[in-house]
Amino acid sequence: MAIKPELPTNPSSLSLSVDQRLGNFHLQTELVLPACGVTGIFGTSGSGKTSLLRLIAGLEYPDSGVIQLGEQVLLDTRRRICVPAHKRRIGVVFQEARLFPHYRVRGNLTYGMPAHAAARFDEIVELLGITALLKRMPGTLSGGEARRVAIGRALLSGPQLLLMDEPLTGLDGARKEELLRFIARLTKQVEIPVIYISHDPEEISAIADHLVLMKEGSIQASDHLGTLLQRFDLTYALGGFDAASILEGTVVNHDSKYNLTRIALDATHQLTVPGTSAPIDSHLRVRIPVRDIALSLAATKGTSYRNQLTAIIDDMTTLPETPHTVELRLQVGNFHLRARLTRKSRDEMGLYIGKEVTALIRSVSFNSI
Amino acid sequence: MTLSLAEWEAIRLSLLIGLAAVAWILPLGIAVAWWLARHDFRGKSLVDGLIHLPLVLPPVVVGYLLLVALGRQGVVGQWLYATLDVLLPFTWQGAAIASGVMAFPLLVRALRLSLEAVDPKLEAAASTLGASRWRIFATITLPLAVPGLLTGTVLAFARALSEFGATITFASNIPGETRTLPLALYTLIQTPGQESAAARLCLIAIVIALLSLVASEWLARRTRQRLQERDGY
Repeated sequence: MAIKPELPTNPSSLSLSVDQRLGNFHLQTELVLPACGVTGIFGTSGSGKTSLLRLIAGLEYPDSGVIQLGEQVLLDTRRRICVPAHKRRIGVVFQEARLFPHYRVRGNLTYGMPAHAAARFDEIVELLGITALLKRMPGTLSGGEARRVAIGRALLSGPQLLLMDEPLTGLDGARKEELLRFIARLTKQVEIPVIYISHDPEEISAIADHLVLMKEGSIQASDHLGTLLQRFDLTYALGGFDAASILEGTVVNHDSKYNLTRIALDATHQLTVPGTSAPIDSHLRVRIPVRDIALSLAATKGTSYRNQLTAIIDDMTTLPETPHTVELRLQVGNFHLRARLTRKSRDEMGLYIGKEVTALIRSVSFNSI
Repeated sequence: MTLSLAEWEAIRLSLLIGLAAVAWILPLGIAVAWWLARHDFRGKSLVDGLIHLPLVLPPVVVGYLLLVALGRQGVVGQWLYATLDVLLPFTWQGAAIASGVMAFPLLVRALRLSLEAVDPKLEAAASTLGASRWRIFATITLPLAVPGLLTGTVLAFARALSEFGATITFASNIPGETRTLPLALYTLIQTPGQESAAARLCLIAIVIALLSLVASEWLARRTRQRLQERDGY
């Protein structure tokens, strides 16, 4: 079930080039983002993520710059164009739910709802699982419920772009997991581009397709998530991601006797993973932390590693931060895996770029989708 | 006890002038309070001071300044008389202006505190939902400031009702036109042999004051209750 926005989503992208000084902080960014799928913006607090979001939403204006969404110029300081926030049609889910305390849940949901979006009300409310809450006042909602209402309110305002600023902040583990799963599903079903801000690698790797890495007010890197995770030079900037490889796979079958699931990564490569409830043929995002990959010179029998993939060493380097280890990028079929060895192992095994090895995968974790 | 014609007249005038005063300062007060609560500009403390001046000035001074401004020879009054044939001194409208000016700072104070307590983040959220500035003010800011609006209005009404100095200076003490309860009471006290009539008027003033206190309490409780009811499932 895909929810179609009323206007066709703009095929072109969000591009911005802005300059803003706030005291000692200097935000200086040039960025082009895809206008589809989920873009994660990752960075430590104070890196300028939220400032960037406020500029896109029109809640703040830069000292100078241009912001363009598709063909539409939202801001151009030189041409003195500035579309105010309420005319941008950019939905925002803030860190706090920011529900209007004097409106019921229903009133909050319909606050920004244009007439043409009314038809989607029931659909979105059901999707969010908040039907039972419609008559409640925001003060009586739990944190997770309030977030879901806030997401619904933003969606129902008929946005052409949805911004989410750490929407899971302050939720406890189980609630967080549930809502994350929900947002991931939502972003697949709602055909509105999403920009998702977070400092949590787990959230980002669960739902982002594209990743923007921010540091001290500027863009450090911006690319497809999987591609960025393969870059050696970003290993420490993306430290929280455990240099994990993220792969997309399809469920092939379930082995109920041993509670295992087989996932196809492409036509010839499969992984056996702990059983999941995901239906056959459904899409899964798989995450393999670098510390869970071992290398062997040949396929081995008699090990407990369930998953062995034949790989070619694509690239190899030693990072200045960790002189005792070697970072490796392996080519498996047409995807990549990250691995890490001690320098000593590399020398003893005689590894070099282009050599064929077997990657032994100790464990695989899913990113809930 | 039955009320005499003069007493009814004084009560009617007091209520009329009190309500008229609140009616004209309410829109202005909301605008000024919102402006002060949401904007920073050069000379803000000066504007703030000017608004609060009637609270600290002797009321007679305010009445005198009103005469200078709005009297027949006054800067604005001259023009009003010449072009619109409007003469404010010695009329109940003039009394409403004088008591309104005196009540204005109380209204702005209460309202401004309440408006400042409204989280600007809610207003920002409303703007991302497509609401214009006006709609945000009417649907978010003002409704959330209703407690302050109520308090401010009741305070201002009570102040306008009991206004004496500025009113008698600007609008004089004309029976049936500007002689409100406090002015009538003053007149009786000045007249020998009217002690019992003065006492009656004093009693009436106390009753009206108590009634408006009870009314405002009831209003406040009702709003609280309504909010709580809405909080129910």
